[in-house]
Amino acid sequence: MIVRRDVFQALADPTRRAILLLLATQAMTAGAIASNFDSARPTISKHLQILNECGLLAQDQKGREIYYQTSAEKMKEVADFLEPFRQMWDNRFNKLEALMKQPKNK
Amino acid sequence: MQKTNVHAPEGQPCIFITREFDLPVALLFKAHAQAQLLAQWMGTNVIKLENKKHGSFQFETEHNGNVVFSAHGTIHDVVENKKIVRTFEMHNSDVGVQLEYLDFEELGKEKSKLSIQINFKSMEHRAAQLKMPFAYGLNSAHQRLQEIGNQLK
Repeated sequence: MIVRRDVFQALADPTRRAILLLLATQAMTAGAIASNFDSARPTISKHLQILNECGLLAQDQKGREIYYQTSAEKMKEVADFLEPFRQMWDNRFNKLEALMKQPKNK
Repeated sequence: MQKTNVHAPEGQPCIFITREFDLPVALLFKAHAQAQLLAQWMGTNVIKLENKKHGSFQFETEHNGNVVFSAHGTIHDVVENKKIVRTFEMHNSDVGVQLEYLDFEELGKEKSKLSIQINFKSMEHRAAQLKMPFAYGLNSAHQRLQEIGNQLK
């Protein structure tokens, strides 16, 4: 099962917000990002994975290295409040779909 | 993959919402046409719903005995399993009256699509609408966003 990450949950963590700020102006490898924090490298990798899963990061493979950058488009959607609005409708429509799949409503 | 897509074009006071459902179009339409069904998925009490030309509707949500949300509108046009054109106004909000076009489309026997176009009075009214979900308990997330947003500018 694919768990779709909630963008607001992702933003709730201070380290993840710091990573986004760091990547807003430059693309960096996971190693370079980790060197900016006291946390262990696997912890930073986990944060990157979470940010990536909710679409807040863009990845660019250069040779053997993966460079991460903030996805400007997604950040704009979040900042313009489009994402919470979308999630509100997504929740409603998920309910609608489940409701109408019940045999009694057919 | 996102099932529900929202598009708010630059400089145009409207929002487009699209969603594909694993449901026959008739059931998708029914979920919008029957008060008791609409109430369940919208999470509000449906006081009135006359799904016909010149009909009207009224929603109300209570929490601990207080009305926390109320809205009403008139229905301009209804074509079964095809479309609903209606106005919508949430009381005590800055969103104003919005005009909503709901288009229902059959994609297959068990697949359908809903496309909604919402027209607002102005860009300011649209912005007020987009901030609404925060009125339902997302305030702290909003502050964090503002924080990040401000630093990105």
